[in-house]
Amino acid sequence: MARTRHDPVSTTIQRDERPGAAEDPSGPLLKSISPKRRDQRTPSQAVGAFFRRALLSENFILYLTIIFFVVASIFFTTLSAPRNITNQLLNMWPLLAIAIGQTFVLILGGIDLSQGATMAITSTIGGLVMSTALDASTYDKSPLWGTLISESGGILGQDPNGWAVAVVVMLLLGLLIGWLNGTMITRFNLAPFMVTLVSSTIFAAFALWLTQSRNVANLPEPFLLLGNGDIISIFLGPKLNPDIARRDVLPLITYPALISLGLAVLAHFLLTRTSFGRQMYSVGTNRRASTISGVPSQRVIIMVYMFSGFCAAVASILYSARLGIGQPSLGSGNILLDVIGAAVIGGTSLFGGKGTVKGTLFGVAFFVLLLNILNAMQLSPFIIDAVKGGIILIAALLDITRTRILNRGA
Amino acid sequence: MTRSTILTIEHISKAFFGVPAVRDVSIDVKEGEILGLIGQNGAGKSTLMNLVGGVVHPDAGSMTFRGKPYAPRRPADANDAGIGFIHQELNLFTNMTIAENVFISGFPRTGFGPFKFIDRAAMKARTRELLDQVGLDTPPDFQIERMSPGERQLVEIAKALYMDASLIIFDEPTTSLTARETEQLFNIMLRLREQGKSMIYISHILNDVLRLADSIAVMRDGQLVTQEARDAFDTRRMISLMVGRSIEQLYPTRTSAPTTTPLLELKGISAAGIVEKVNLTVHRGELVGLFGLMGSGRTELARMIFGLDRTEQGEIRVAGEALKGSSARDSIRSKIAFVTENRREEGLLMNIAIADNVTLVALPEFARTALQILDAGAMREAAREASQALQLKAADISVQPAKSLSGGNQQKVVIAKWLLSQPEVFIMDEPTRGIDVGAKYEIYAIMDRLAAAGSGVLFISSELEELMGTCDRILVMSQGEIVAQFAREAFSDEAILRAAFREHAPLHPHSGETEQSS
Repeated sequence: MARTRHDPVSTTIQRDERPGAAEDPSGPLLKSISPKRRDQRTPSQAVGAFFRRALLSENFILYLTIIFFVVASIFFTTLSAPRNITNQLLNMWPLLAIAIGQTFVLILGGIDLSQGATMAITSTIGGLVMSTALDASTYDKSPLWGTLISESGGILGQDPNGWAVAVVVMLLLGLLIGWLNGTMITRFNLAPFMVTLVSSTIFAAFALWLTQSRNVANLPEPFLLLGNGDIISIFLGPKLNPDIARRDVLPLITYPALISLGLAVLAHFLLTRTSFGRQMYSVGTNRRASTISGVPSQRVIIMVYMFSGFCAAVASILYSARLGIGQPSLGSGNILLDVIGAAVIGGTSLFGGKGTVKGTLFGVAFFVLLLNILNAMQLSPFIIDAVKGGIILIAALLDITRTRILNRGA
Repeated sequence: MTRSTILTIEHISKAFFGVPAVRDVSIDVKEGEILGLIGQNGAGKSTLMNLVGGVVHPDAGSMTFRGKPYAPRRPADANDAGIGFIHQELNLFTNMTIAENVFISGFPRTGFGPFKFIDRAAMKARTRELLDQVGLDTPPDFQIERMSPGERQLVEIAKALYMDASLIIFDEPTTSLTARETEQLFNIMLRLREQGKSMIYISHILNDVLRLADSIAVMRDGQLVTQEARDAFDTRRMISLMVGRSIEQLYPTRTSAPTTTPLLELKGISAAGIVEKVNLTVHRGELVGLFGLMGSGRTELARMIFGLDRTEQGEIRVAGEALKGSSARDSIRSKIAFVTENRREEGLLMNIAIADNVTLVALPEFARTALQILDAGAMREAAREASQALQLKAADISVQPAKSLSGGNQQKVVIAKWLLSQPEVFIMDEPTRGIDVGAKYEIYAIMDRLAAAGSGVLFISSELEELMGTCDRILVMSQGEIVAQFAREAFSDEAILRAAFREHAPLHPHSGETEQSS
């Protein structure tokens, strides 16, 4: 037996009759089990079949996240504390907004490296428009001092609706940067990587120059609500005290949750129900064939980059409101790679033509949970990224195994 | 015949998506013979060859190669065993040189101690020998991307020879070759046979198979119908075995007569070095053939009509109105459809479901409200109807990707997607290339139906016979100009070919190809 198993010539049609061979989920062998044997499945086979089904499900990353959460909660009890869960959700919403935009671009077979810089510039300019008061000694080096900003804040700092205008300005700015990216890519046939790298460099620098690297403080109160304002809150515990302390209240439904989930629903709808979504997949699969079939490929590409910029602006609003400042260094860390990682874990292909909003939602949830666990482990900050990388690798390998089984089963 | 057998395939079976593709097939290939393998698209030829090549693995059955059990797990195993593959789409790295492609699986190295370098000189010398064997006088360090399809084919053969293949499989090798290149390929195949190499030759061009093969195997619906010596076959018998019934005629009779209302009009279309002052009219209900050799400018002309390439002069009118704009989108709005010659790169989204391919062109018509929401039910229904009307053979059009279909069925998907947008002018560039007799007949019948319904069809082909069998009128293109036109009564293959080769006119000094192949 042992000899024949290693004989490459006979492996194709040989049937392995060893007990337990049926647990091997690798296709051909499983199919060759006779019906009689399948009826007498041992519990371990049943478990094997269950895992196989879970692995092949399109919600695989969700299951993985849940299992990950349950197992990790046993070791780190803080993980399942209500306070932690609401905090993690607040961390997740802005990340989700960026990731949705990136998913769209990845489906096209492109990449948007300028999302971080878009966040920086929109946060800064939005802040400069709506700030209610600015300190002369901090901001007098800014090229805008005396013209657009002054001691009474931004140009609309004293207007009660200034924050709403600022939000619109931020969103339009995001769309504009996306339009620039998309236009450069389609009109001049430049590589998306190059174009967005260039705009990333330019806009990040521009944001820093505007305030000479200072954060913009004193953002108006209504704007701050967009970052962590809650609409429905809950209190967990006995009703002993008529006054519940603010810190004991847990936000249940928050503005950022509504904004991000709203964006996700819109994106999902665009992708699955509209002709624009169908055209995105088709351009991402084969741009030439799509153009010949009458798909306005250039327009689709420009609109997708605009959407990506819009999503970055939404994330920028959520972050700025939560931090309470306009921050020219926003989005400058690893955030973009985390976002791309989350999208890919969620099933988006870097080669285009594949990806869903649902998958990205799960991917982002997985990522946030992962960061949370790594924090709870209180690892040395010097090793934390290595552990993160390792876990992402495992998730990616599982996904490849999954795709391979799916293709073979077809 | 006492020649020994080199490859034996015994009772091999393989199913995809639960649909059997190859069922209990047994075939022998003898030493030093050419086996012709024929069958309609979807008959299982490609799957059978993929089994031999280790690309897919059999569900049952076994193979013996050179007297030893043979069960390739991956394509490299087939190469190592001595089986070479010349695919329809060539597997060459176009950004590399000939020599690099030949030696891609292992470069010869030279040097001393731990310092090893690629031995370029040895590579070149060996490649030179191999290229001589296939009759190619291009230098070994020539880049593949600068070579014609025919020359690339020869490089593939050289590569197979380098691997010391004793069995070479040719899958539709002539689809993108000119007549002269095809001739050269056949001569090399015959020479290889003299050297004792075995070959399997798959082709839809039955006359070629008859000319080359020593024995012929016919497949239908995944099964082997028969394998006999070449002398037992003629074209008629081959077709009836492939189709499973005897076919009375290769071309459907035209069921309608053309009108005199002009539908598509080209007036003085020019683009420097590509086409020159082309005037052309397709009437309603007319099936016009456009014949020309490769490089005559016919594909370029089609691309200009459809707005993919720019014209420098001239005017295009559809139903009397000048074509506005110059993009594919504008052309589609003016009710023009374009079936490209290149199915894989320009016709289909290979990785995407058949139904999504079918609805792509007509997408705007399924969009409702300002949000462009798609009517999924209507789309499903339309895709199903169109694939039924064209008798598309697929297990499930909503999940199966286009690439899983055979060539003929892929072409039907391309035609179906255009039909949904209800065009009036059909430009079909080599629509029957690489598809089998049965599917060809169906496509001719579709063209006739379109013409009968009042559309105009411009049918571009380099197979003169099919144009003569189906068209109302044939235009001949040569070196960017329309040089002659023939009404149906005046069809004569000799006259048309002569026009294509410009025998009536003095030849241009740079038209090397046409001079030699006439």
